[in-house]
Amino acid sequence: MAESALHDIPSVYEPSLFGTYSKKIGMWLFLLSDSLTFGALLYAYSYGRISTANWPTPFHSASIVNATVMTAFLLTSSLTMVLAVRASVERNAKAQTLWLLATMACGIGFIVLHGREWSNLIAEGLSLPMFPAVPGHEAASEFVNVSKTVPQFAATFFGLTGMHMLHVTLGVIYLGVVALRRKFIPILLVLWLVAWLGTPVYSPFHYGAHVLLIAAIVISIILWLKPKVYDSSDVEVAGLYWHFVDLVWMFIFPLVYLMSAKIL
Amino acid sequence: MDSTQLAIEERVAEQHRHHRKAVFFYVWVALLVMTAIEVYLTYQNLPPVKMLTILLGLSFIKAALIIGYFMHLKYEVNIMKWATICSVVGCLIIMTIFFFPDAFRILHIGVK
Repeated sequence: MAESALHDIPSVYEPSLFGTYSKKIGMWLFLLSDSLTFGALLYAYSYGRISTANWPTPFHSASIVNATVMTAFLLTSSLTMVLAVRASVERNAKAQTLWLLATMACGIGFIVLHGREWSNLIAEGLSLPMFPAVPGHEAASEFVNVSKTVPQFAATFFGLTGMHMLHVTLGVIYLGVVALRRKFIPILLVLWLVAWLGTPVYSPFHYGAHVLLIAAIVISIILWLKPKVYDSSDVEVAGLYWHFVDLVWMFIFPLVYLMSAKIL
Repeated sequence: MDSTQLAIEERVAEQHRHHRKAVFFYVWVALLVMTAIEVYLTYQNLPPVKMLTILLGLSFIKAALIIGYFMHLKYEVNIMKWATICSVVGCLIIMTIFFFPDAFRILHIGVK
């Protein structure tokens, strides 16, 4: 069937200039534009670092270990994602769903560890003016000094890693929709309630959790307007997005964490 | 979806079937090993410029592996590869030209 379809191509339309299907080209174009967003953020971070003589190096061994485990989660998720794509082209629906769920589990692991890292840093005094103060915590003087003397460190750190965390969160949601379709909506609503009610009101994640609610509403509208069974091309396109998120972290991890490590 | 799109999708899926699963595991192990090297170097307290050079070198190798094998760009047609890589690299070069001379100027003479 595939061969006959291929023979039909010239008689129907001209073959694609880029040798692939339009959904994939669309995702590549999106990723190219997104790479410039992250490029600009990484350049802003590097600019601040070069132009500031007393740039802080606040990440102790515990933070480095935490970030390394996060990196391992993302790298492993890329492997499970590529196995999901492979299962989809082999038309093995069960394996495809399982690998997608494994990818999501690694992504959630990354988000949880990242959230814990953020919460610890905020509790120790590395914060932004927009974040509410943490009650009952004596801020460590080192981080208070960092926030006062080099405010661009916290701004670029939270801006860059926050943008990446948002991308990972949206990636997990994207994969959830591809893997489970409508069944994912109630799961997402439960995750929203857990994230919203399970975090204290002074945590940025208390408000950030509403991203999940917004996503649930958007997904409901999309699936209501265009219900469909996602095929191998959809899994491959979702995989491109997921690998891109992994790719960006390969630059954030060394530039933000390893170059700002304080190993005694 | 029209028949052209379906035919192209089927051809791309056919290309995927020819990839050995082991290749993905080798790439994954290589990425983990390079990450371990980066962390090990962090604990060696190397001079910042030397450290940055090594870390960025490893990051670009990791990025190339992810783009080439996991994102499958290695197996795309040439025009797709070149259009993608050249556009991103071109934009990053322009950002570099604009950002870094100014950052070094501020470091040496201060904000005027």
